[in-house]
Amino acid sequence: MGIEVAIAAAKAGFILFLALQVMGLGVFFERKVSAVIQDRIGANRASILGFAGLGLVNTLVADPIKFLLKEDIRPAGADRLLHTLAPVLSVLPALAAFAVMPFGDVLELEGRTINLQAAALNVGILYVLAMASLGVYGVVLAGWASNSRWSLLGGIRGSAQMISYEIAMGLALIGVVLTYDTLDLQEMARRQGELVWGWLPAWGVLYQPLAFVVFLVAGIAESKRIPFDLPESESELVSGYFTEYSGAKHLMFMMADFVEVVLVAALAATLFFGGWQVPWLGREGFAFPWGGQVPLPSIAVAALQVTAFMVKVILLTFFQIVVRWTLPRFRYDQLMRLGWKGLLPLALANVVLTAAVLLVTGSAP
Amino acid sequence: MIVPLFAVLALLTVAASLVVVLHTNPVYSALGLVATLFLLAVFFVALDAHMVAALQIIVYAGAIVVLFLFVIMLLNLQVEARAMAPAPLVVVAAAGGLLLGGLVLAAVLREPELPTAAVGPGYGGTEALAERLFTAYTLPFELTSVLLLVAIVGAVVLGKKRMP
Repeated sequence: MGIEVAIAAAKAGFILFLALQVMGLGVFFERKVSAVIQDRIGANRASILGFAGLGLVNTLVADPIKFLLKEDIRPAGADRLLHTLAPVLSVLPALAAFAVMPFGDVLELEGRTINLQAAALNVGILYVLAMASLGVYGVVLAGWASNSRWSLLGGIRGSAQMISYEIAMGLALIGVVLTYDTLDLQEMARRQGELVWGWLPAWGVLYQPLAFVVFLVAGIAESKRIPFDLPESESELVSGYFTEYSGAKHLMFMMADFVEVVLVAALAATLFFGGWQVPWLGREGFAFPWGGQVPLPSIAVAALQVTAFMVKVILLTFFQIVVRWTLPRFRYDQLMRLGWKGLLPLALANVVLTAAVLLVTGSAP
Repeated sequence: MIVPLFAVLALLTVAASLVVVLHTNPVYSALGLVATLFLLAVFFVALDAHMVAALQIIVYAGAIVVLFLFVIMLLNLQVEARAMAPAPLVVVAAAGGLLLGGLVLAAVLREPELPTAAVGPGYGGTEALAERLFTAYTLPFELTSVLLLVAIVGAVVLGKKRMP
């Protein structure tokens, strides 16, 4: 009993650790990638004993300390309880969603077979959607409780945007669920270890390219970043729903943004890029399509898989940050048009197409 | 579920639902509703109905109450509009609630030990639910979707009324 609890706690701790590590890396990318794209040097001043680490010290040590030490300001007439609760409500659901994310296949350790997933839920992907849909409360409440016009407008924009894009996102995922015939993310990741034509790993993006595009666009919109950052929109709304936040609470909103970016990256990796799959790596080691065999112990296989998952998540996070620093912001009507008249019909078409193909071929590929 | 845990969750649920009806600020009422729905989802999880729990959160807590909040925020109710409902209405509502509670209590007291049966594997999962939904309950399911479609069309028609 005790060891079971310890294993469960270790798995939950590990996935949270992984999410937060990639989030920190995301903040670092945000500062440095933007600098490279805009042909500047970027954060490089703060250093510890002369070590600046390409700005790592700046973004991961100096910036958080600065935020934590700032005065916490609450505007007059703001709702005391909800103003404090809003940042918590925006970061917690995003972190909770990682509970069902598989980060490896199984680990054989001293006679135990450990499923490398914190919570093996039958409804895995729906749980992620449920948590993502709760994230909207942080935005709405921050907008309302701040007693400020900018905040209220930002909060209203945010809630409308998140509800609109959730629909396209959910419909895009239906195509994936149909393909893999399961809602469990671990099962989906395992199915992507199969080979097409004996050599090509059957990653989701092969079967569901349209769903991938719709999912990624809707995902970026859900995380409310450029080109979809109308709830924030600093040229019109100062800083939107978190205009009236300073110090640690402001940091929590920033953190929520980046955790959502990592969540979208982790989901996209799991659903469309094989999750923890390394091409041709099975539970016993590598089995190359040209005939080579490299047997590996279970712990090495698990380590390779966890690394592969992290690399995929980091690359997709990096991609989202490049997108954020490349595109201009949409107008509000363009945003709504893209969501309802662009992505939604595409996602619906994808569902119908997938269902028709499955009906004709008789089974999932 | 373990009894103390159930007791704590049940008390929390009752407290949250009391916030819905008693709080004078509609935003807090809506949040009380979210908390109630979330806690009910926890009960569904405890009953092994994971699918229903997930849908409860996605549909009710994640979408419908957000729209409630949206409307409340846009209306921006003034303090005088936040007063409790008139006294006769409160009395009638309280009487109705007590009557319903009494009925449930009477039913429980009449048969305190209901027979229990073990559930099969996959109970409450997506497949079990979908299987029932698309075999035994196909007609109600489809009719409900038509009903929702009618509501959507109605909303579009109303929204377009003033267009030339």
